Amino acid sequence: MPIAFPIPDEAVLGRRGEILTGLGQLVAPEVLIISEDERRAFETDALTAYRRMPLAVVLPSTTTEVSTVLKFCAQNQVKVVPRGAGTSLAGGAIPQEDAIVLGVSKMNRILDVNFENRTARVQAGVTNLAVSQAVAHEGFFYAPDPSSQLACTIAGNIGMNSGGAHCLKYGVTTNNILGVTLVLLDGTIVEIGGEHLDSPGYDLLGLIVGSEGQLGVVTEAVVRIRRAAEGAKPVLFGFDTSEEAGACVAAIMGAGIIPVAIEFMDKQTIEIVEGFAKAGYPLDVGALLIIEVEGSDREMEAMLARIVGIARKHNVRHIKESRSATEAAAIWKGRKSAFGATGRVADYICMDGTVPLGQLSNVLKRTGEIVASYGLRVANVFHAGDGNMHPLILYNVNDPAEQAKAEAAGEDILKYCVEVGGCLTGEHGVGIEKRDLMRFQFEERDLRQQMRVRAVFDPAWLLNPAKVFPLDNRLTA
Amino acid sequence: MTRHNPTSEADACAIVAEAAAQRTPLAIQGGGTKRAFGRPPQFESTLSSSLMTKVTLYEPAEFVISTEPGASLSGIVRLLAEHRQELAFEPLDYRPLLGSDGEPTIGAVAAMNLSGPRRIAGGAARDSSLGVRFVNGRGEAIKSGGRVMKNVTGLDLVKLMIGAHGTLGFLTEVTFKVVPSAQRVATLCLVGLSDRTAIATLSAALGSPYDVSGAAHLPAKIGGGARTLIRVEGFPDSVEYRLGELRSLLKAFGTAEVLADGTGKDLWVAIRDATVLAEPRDKAIWRISTAPTKGPDVAALIARTIDARWFFDWGGGLIWLACSTASAAGAATIRAAIRQAGGHATLVRAPEDVRAAVDVFDPPVKAIARLQTGLKASLDPAGIFNPGRMFPEL
Ligand SMILES: Cc1cc2nc3c(=O)[nH]c(=O)nc-3n(C[C@H](O)[C@H](O)[C@@H](O)COP(=O)(O)OP(=O)(O)OC[C@H]3O[C@@H](n4cnc5c(N)ncnc54)[C@H](O)[C@@H]3O)c2cc1C
Ligand SMILES: Cc1cc2nc3c(=O)[nH]c(=O)nc-3n(C[C@H](O)[C@H](O)[C@H](O)COP(=O)(O)OP(=O)(O)OC[C@H]3O[C@@H](n4cnc5c(N)ncnc54)[C@H](O)[C@@H]3O)c2cc1C
Repeated sequence: MPIAFPIPDEAVLGRRGEILTGLGQLVAPEVLIISEDERRAFETDALTAYRRMPLAVVLPSTTTEVSTVLKFCAQNQVKVVPRGAGTSLAGGAIPQEDAIVLGVSKMNRILDVNFENRTARVQAGVTNLAVSQAVAHEGFFYAPDPSSQLACTIAGNIGMNSGGAHCLKYGVTTNNILGVTLVLLDGTIVEIGGEHLDSPGYDLLGLIVGSEGQLGVVTEAVVRIRRAAEGAKPVLFGFDTSEEAGACVAAIMGAGIIPVAIEFMDKQTIEIVEGFAKAGYPLDVGALLIIEVEGSDREMEAMLARIVGIARKHNVRHIKESRSATEAAAIWKGRKSAFGATGRVADYICMDGTVPLGQLSNVLKRTGEIVASYGLRVANVFHAGDGNMHPLILYNVNDPAEQAKAEAAGEDILKYCVEVGGCLTGEHGVGIEKRDLMRFQFEERDLRQQMRVRAVFDPAWLLNPAKVFPLDNRLTA
Repeated sequence: MTRHNPTSEADACAIVAEAAAQRTPLAIQGGGTKRAFGRPPQFESTLSSSLMTKVTLYEPAEFVISTEPGASLSGIVRLLAEHRQELAFEPLDYRPLLGSDGEPTIGAVAAMNLSGPRRIAGGAARDSSLGVRFVNGRGEAIKSGGRVMKNVTGLDLVKLMIGAHGTLGFLTEVTFKVVPSAQRVATLCLVGLSDRTAIATLSAALGSPYDVSGAAHLPAKIGGGARTLIRVEGFPDSVEYRLGELRSLLKAFGTAEVLADGTGKDLWVAIRDATVLAEPRDKAIWRISTAPTKGPDVAALIARTIDARWFFDWGGGLIWLACSTASAAGAATIRAAIRQAGGHATLVRAPEDVRAAVDVFDPPVKAIARLQTGLKASLDPAGIFNPGRMFPEL
């Protein structure tokens, strides 16, 4: 069943002119985007199968402007969809016709870097990669590294609690943020956390991270930066079967070894990626792991020796160590371009369930069966070390019947993830995509409690209102 | 006064529902070791986790453990150690400082977000928390999170419950991520440094690629001479290598000696539990969190007005400070210093009348207070859980 959108509020649509005039009086002309042509760029995010034209788009450049706009929207009962770069794969930043899009992409400056305290204060619209680049000259980096890091913003990362390949060792966004400047719907600006650790009172910061733009608009953040290891080395391990690769991952972790990254690719993905990135991946294997170790040369060698020993016990067929920065980059290039490369051969939806490590092989197998039963193909590429799976279900976007099948297969897979003890989403978020599946993971009373918490921040449900929670059930207190 | 000892979540739901209907305040109790922490609560009955002590899931190969709240922390630590694993956040033990006895429970560790020296490398208790089950003030059993390492399904109520000091609900199950125990732990010590030089040393160590997992400074006033301590952990060969690199990196600050393993271990426990400040017992104890480089300024600023002793953990970002209980335990001075530097201060130990008169935690600004009151109402509408323990109004 296609994902439902709420019926737009006629009264708000009717007031469009008035709303635009009102906003126009509050912000500079270049901040407010009205024309249909320009609005079109904001019609969807990376869940491109769905799109809706927003009332207007506002791109403020200061926290004060954000506050003014939100206050106006609250007073006039206008819905607001916060947006970073719009790379959400769950439809988290997809607008609706009776809402404005409030984008923070113009707020993209690094305000302060403090290497001694290992923190940086950044505007929320700065891209993830730009933060790492700004501190790289001192050997530092910002740890969470979604594959979309070139484009996605810290705001969106906070919205989705995004992760990436290196989160196995360094944690996800919530573990790397110390503070935010948050604008509440009524325009109030609050500072949560700061350059210090563990604020008193309830962990509002923990609640904001991953809240998918429903609790307030983040305009600045204090992030942790870390000194990079002396060296890092990705190594490719090829196996005949996915089961062997999966078992090897479990054995490595079971031995108390936590590499910085363990990435998994199945045969389908290897073929697609190699055809595009020419990363030098072997084509005669059934599954690949990229395992990255870091430290001094001696440390890396010692850890690799342990890992190789374990891999041999799991019938590894192919081992390729990167011997230079270029080779290392090639290995990662293949992985990082997997989504893009797949997009060139077919349309796909990218699922994002997490399962207990012991279930990896089982879920991979079941995923293959489920997708085959709908007559479709699947490519698996994911963060194996933390059980976060990304089946890419390939289909033809111009064929509504295929799209429906792909979505149904995706649903079956996610339900299975929950069944074996996992969850619906490990890093992409619920958005609109998994909204109606929430009842598979949560009891009604769990959802009601979450909605009551949400309502503390936004009693009228104006902020990103059609996301995360099933549409038929709106609690306010 | 009634003491409720539920044996199951369902049991706890019934007790809470009844208390909510009667508007009977419940003091949530684990091992009872933190009785002297926080604001003195007003309560009529206690709700104890003492009969809910089971480990419900432990998968060493998956680095995850779930337990009922009343399980003793020491039991969990022992169980994990059998599998060469541990809690990443190195929970502290307040008993020496508070002079209490009893068995600290894992539920209270979660409820208080207790974390020790490894906080700077391994995160706080909240960072290791994967999932919780709890009974809300409506008597409903609620779950949030789960048992997998990554989970962004819905709002993260886990974070909200961790550190809420039992004011939002009665935890019935907590699930933590665990880590492999280090095969070797070693400590470097530099002697005789001033606070400022010590923190610069620790910043240099923490800003190096050598994975420092403990960074503390004990000033001369603590006794035993000024000591600046840096800990590294991991595989033996790697630890050896990093010790060498750190010693040469830190040469400009002084000579760093490797401590004997036993001495190092004892020192980190003393730092973790702040036992170096436990005596004299009539002093108030504060725990102050600020940006690491601000640590020495904050301490110096406070010392201008009141007589105090202190030491630093978390690379300078955590100041443990002991001072007289007179003049509201120096609250005005301490909070003024924090306002200047950024951060917050918690009154960890003081006589009951002082804790009743002074804000134990930094009072929040109005907008945050409003959100907190809203959250309390949304989870505990009748206001029955630990009323007044964190803030007068919560
Ligand atoms: C006979 C008696 C005398 C008392 N005298 C005093 C007194 O003199 N001074 C005083 O301040 N208090 C006193 N109390 C209050 C009471 O002991 C604590 O305030 C109690 O609410 C917290 O438990 P704890 O002190 O045992 O600490 P712990 O059990 O160590 O708990 C620490 C914190 O974690 C919370 N917590 C523990 N388990 C859970 C859970 N499962 N879910 C959610 N939160 C949890 C607790 O509520 C508390 O905030 C007394 C209680 C009794 C029964
Ligand atoms: C090719 C590709 C690869 C990807 N790989 C990964 C990956 O490896 N790991 C991963 O985690 N994700 C990945 N993603 C998903 C996506 O990039 C992340 O979810 C990212 O964090 C979104 O950032 P954004 O700036 O594009 O945010 P948007 O898509 O604009 O918004 C994301 C969410 O955050 C909210 N939001 C945005 N700005 C604010 C704000 N200022 N205040 C409050 N809420 C706000 C939005 O309302 C929305 O709910 C990938 C996406 C693509 C297209």
